[in-house]
Amino acid sequence: MRHIPVTCEQREAMLRAIDRADIVDLFADVPEKVRLGRPLDLPGALGEMDLVSHVRGLADTNEPASGVVSFAGAGCYDHYVPSIVDHVLRKPEFFTAYTPYQPEVSQGTLQGIYEYQSMMCALTGMDVANASMYDGATAFAEAAMMACRVTRRRRVVCAGTVHPEWRNTLATYADAGTFDVTFAGPHAGGVIDFDGEEGVRRALEGGDVAALLLSSPNVVGNLEDLGSASTLAHEADALLVVATNPLLLGVLEAPGEAGADIVVGEGQPLGNMMSFGGPAFGFFACREAHMRHIPGRLVGRTVDVDGNDAFVLTLSTREQHIRREKATSNICSNQALCALGAAVYLCAVGREGLASTARACIAKAHYLRERLLSTGRFSAPWDTPFAHEFALAYDGEIAGMHASMLERGFLAGVPLTSIEPATPIVPDESLAESLVVFAVTEKRTRVEMDAFAEEVASL
Amino acid sequence: MTEKLSHTPGAAPSRGPRRLIFETGAPESRCVMPPALDVPDVDLGAALGGAVRVEPPVIPHVTEVEIARHYAHLASMNFGVDSGSYPLGSCTMKYNPRVNEDLARLEGFAGLHPYQPEATVQGALELMVGLADALAEVSGLPAVTLQPAAGAHGELTALMCFRAYHRDRGDVRKRVIIPDTAHGTNPATVAMCGYEVTTVPSDERGGVDLDALNSVLGTDVAAVMLTNPNTLGLFDENILEITAAAHGAGALAYCDGANLNAIMGISRPGDMGFDALHVNLHKTFSTPHGGGGPGAGPVCVVSRLAPYLPGPIPHRRTDGSYGLALPERSIGRVRSFYGNFGVLVKAYAYVRALGGEGLREVSEQAVLSANYLKERLRDTYELAYDRTCMHEFVLSGSRQKREHGVRTLDIAKRLLDHGFHPPTVYFPLIVEEALMIEPTETESLEELDRFADAMIAIAEEAKRDPELVKGAPYTTPVRRLDEAGAARNPDLRYRTEG
Repeated sequence: MRHIPVTCEQREAMLRAIDRADIVDLFADVPEKVRLGRPLDLPGALGEMDLVSHVRGLADTNEPASGVVSFAGAGCYDHYVPSIVDHVLRKPEFFTAYTPYQPEVSQGTLQGIYEYQSMMCALTGMDVANASMYDGATAFAEAAMMACRVTRRRRVVCAGTVHPEWRNTLATYADAGTFDVTFAGPHAGGVIDFDGEEGVRRALEGGDVAALLLSSPNVVGNLEDLGSASTLAHEADALLVVATNPLLLGVLEAPGEAGADIVVGEGQPLGNMMSFGGPAFGFFACREAHMRHIPGRLVGRTVDVDGNDAFVLTLSTREQHIRREKATSNICSNQALCALGAAVYLCAVGREGLASTARACIAKAHYLRERLLSTGRFSAPWDTPFAHEFALAYDGEIAGMHASMLERGFLAGVPLTSIEPATPIVPDESLAESLVVFAVTEKRTRVEMDAFAEEVASL
Repeated sequence: MTEKLSHTPGAAPSRGPRRLIFETGAPESRCVMPPALDVPDVDLGAALGGAVRVEPPVIPHVTEVEIARHYAHLASMNFGVDSGSYPLGSCTMKYNPRVNEDLARLEGFAGLHPYQPEATVQGALELMVGLADALAEVSGLPAVTLQPAAGAHGELTALMCFRAYHRDRGDVRKRVIIPDTAHGTNPATVAMCGYEVTTVPSDERGGVDLDALNSVLGTDVAAVMLTNPNTLGLFDENILEITAAAHGAGALAYCDGANLNAIMGISRPGDMGFDALHVNLHKTFSTPHGGGGPGAGPVCVVSRLAPYLPGPIPHRRTDGSYGLALPERSIGRVRSFYGNFGVLVKAYAYVRALGGEGLREVSEQAVLSANYLKERLRDTYELAYDRTCMHEFVLSGSRQKREHGVRTLDIAKRLLDHGFHPPTVYFPLIVEEALMIEPTETESLEELDRFADAMIAIAEEAKRDPELVKGAPYTTPVRRLDEAGAARNPDLRYRTEG
C-alpha cells in the first residue's frame, strides 16, 4: 500500500501482539449506527504516473497569468522569484517539520524565523514582528482586535480605500461580536476622505475608537497621507494601523517612521508564487510597548545550558495553548514556510536589490500610465501620488477590452468592479465602473508595455 | 555520565559560533539584481509624494553561495518527518508525498492570479470542487468551504456560521460547551466569537460525562464543540446521545477534525450528528506542516448551514463549466481570495492517489499502529485510560516522576538523544505528566519497535541513572534552553547598534 510501509504479514503479527483477530475489532467503540458500512464513494486510486497525468491535465486547462504579459495586481503580484528561494523551501528538514515546540531540534526553523522577524522590523520600522499570520486580510482584522485589547475599546474605524476583500474580512471578524467597525466613506480623489460628511475625522469622534485602519498604497494604488492619519488617530487616543506592500518598503518611507502603531500586510510580493491567491503569508509588526498583546508566535534569542546561542518560541503565555479563552488570538498554525521564503527572497535581492526592484516597479508603472493616457482611450480619474499600481478610466466597454487583450496575450489589469463589492471605493458609481487597476512589476519590459498600449489603442 | 547514543538525525556537528545571515557577506555582495531599467527613471520624491525612505532597511547583502550554505546549516539543525519518527499526538505527522510538492508547483497552478477571468482558471476550480466533494464524502457533511487557512481558522469560520444561523432565528445564545480535553484553540476560538466557555468534565472512561453535559446545556448554549476521537485518542461511545442532547437544547454540534485520521471510511462526523467539522489538510491529508504552516482548514457543514458559509465557493454549473458563487446568507469572507490553494492541490493529489479504499486503509493502519505501541508500552508507563485507542493514546509519566523524580519533559528530551521527535507532552491537561503518542500509518513496524525500545530504555535509565535523563538532551545541536530568560528579556530581532 502506498505510504504504508507495514506489510500484510506484519499487520497480522501486530494484531496477534495485541490479541485481536481482525482490525475491525479495534473499532468496537464506534456504535453500529454511526459506522459507514460501505466503501467511500470516491474515485479509485491512481498510480504516480496516472496521478501526474491527471493533475497536470487540470493545470494545463488553466491559462496562468505568469504565461502572459500580466498587469494584474490588486493584492497579488507577479514578481520574479529567484531560483534559490524554492531550493531552500524544498529542504525536507524545513518543510516536513512541525511548529518548533522542541527547540533543541528546531534551531533551523527558529533561527530562520528570527531572521525573518528582524527583516520585517527593518522594513516596517517597527520593534516587534511575529512569525506570520494567514494572509494580509486576517492580519488586518487581527490588528483591529489587538488595538481593542490595547486601548480597552471596542470600535475601529476603517478607511474606505482599503481593498474590498480586506474590508469584507474585517467586517466578518467584527460580526462575530467582539468589536464594531465604522467604514469611513471614500473620497473622489482616490484617497482617504478625512474631512467629509462620512470622513475619518467624524468617524473618529466619540472617544470610543481603538484604531484607525488604512492601507497605503490603497486598493487603487494611491499613497495615503500617513501624517494626517497619524495626527487624527492619536488625537482620538486611537492606534494607527497601516497596511502596506513590503516590497515597496525598499524605497517607501517605513510606516513606523510615519506614526504607525501596528503595521501589517500581505507578504506575497516577497518571493511567494501567486498560486491563485495562496498560500502566502500576512506580516504583523508592532511597537515594543504593545508586544504582549500581539497575536501569533514569536521567536526570541536565548542561550542553552552550555551558554551557546539558541532560539526559542517565547512570550507564549499570550497564546491559545497556554491561555485558552484568554489568549490574544486563536491562531496556531501560521504560514511559517512562506515567511521563510520571504526571508530567503530578501537575502537574494539584498538591500540594494530590494530598492532597485521597488524602484523598477515604480518607474515602469509611471511609464505605463503615461503610455496608456497617450492612447486617448484612458483618462486619469485623479492626480495622486502612487507607486507601482494605478487606476485609469477606460472609455469603452471594459469586459470586451479585457477579453480581446487576453486573446492578444495581455492580462489587462483588474477591472475594479471584478473585485467583489463591499462599500464603494470611489463615490461616483459610473466612474467606478470604468476603472481598471494596473500593476506593473519588474518583470514587465518597455517592449511589452509599448505593445500593450499599441494593441489596446487599436481596439 | 554524558553517555552518547546513536547520532540524532536532526543533529548537526557544531560549526562553531552561530551566525545570523545579517553577519554574513559584505556590503558589495550581490545575489539577484533586477535587469537594468529600460524605461526613464523616476524622481522617487515626486512620484511618492515625498514618502521616501531615508535610511535603507537593514537587509543582508550576501551572495548566493552564502545563502545556500546558511540555510543548509539551518536545515541541518532541524528535525522533520524525513529525519525520523515524529509521533506528536493530535498533529498527525505523516509522510508528505514528494509528487504532491511537484504538482502544486506546476505553472498552471502556481502562476495563476486570483483575478484572472473565470474561463482561464477552469482546471483550478475543477480541482477545488473535486477536493470539496471528497471532503464532503469523507465527513458526511455535504457543503464545504475551502477558504480557511488552518484548523483554528476553520473553527472560527464554523462558529461564525453558527452565530449567524442562531441570529437568523432571533435566537441569542451566549455560551459554548467544550470538554476538559479540548485543544487550546477551541476555547480561544469561542472567545473570538464573543461567546463564553463552559467546560464539561470527562467521565471515568475518558468520554464526555453525559450527566454533566445535560446539567450545563440550556437555551443559551450556541454550540457543543468536541473532538471525536478525542484528545485521549478515544472514540466517544455516547456520541449520538451527545449530539442529540445538544440539538435538544437548540444548540449546534461542532467537531474539531484534528483526529480525522482515525476514522476515514469507517465513521463520518455527519452521521454522528455533527453539524460542522473542520479538516486539517496538513494532518489527515498529508500536506506538509512547513515548520508551522501553511496548512488549510476547510469546513464541512450540514445543508441548513450551507447558506452561511464564507465565499465565494467554487461550484460546477449544469453545463459542466465551473464558477464561483457567494452563498445567499454568507457570513462574508474569512480571508482574501479562495484559500491556501497550493495546499489544496497537494491534498487533492493525496485523495486521488489513495482513493476511497486507500483512505480507509490509512485509518485502519493508524489505529492498529497506535494500539500496537500502546501494548508495547503499557507495562513500562502508566496508561491514562485502559481502552482500545484510536490513532493515538495517552501515557502518563507519573510513575517515573513519583519513583525517580524524572518528569515527562525529561523523557521527551531524552527521546531526542535516541533519535526520535518526542510525543506531544503535558496535553491533554487532565492527564498528569501526559505523553500523547500518535505514530501515524506511515511508520514501519521496525520504526514502531525502535520507538518502543527507546521509550523502554529511557524508563530503565530513569531507574538506573535519573540524572542522565534529567540532563538530556546531549547530542542535539543545542541543549536545554533558558526559556524563562527568553521571556523575561525578549530579544526578538537583530539589532545593528549595541
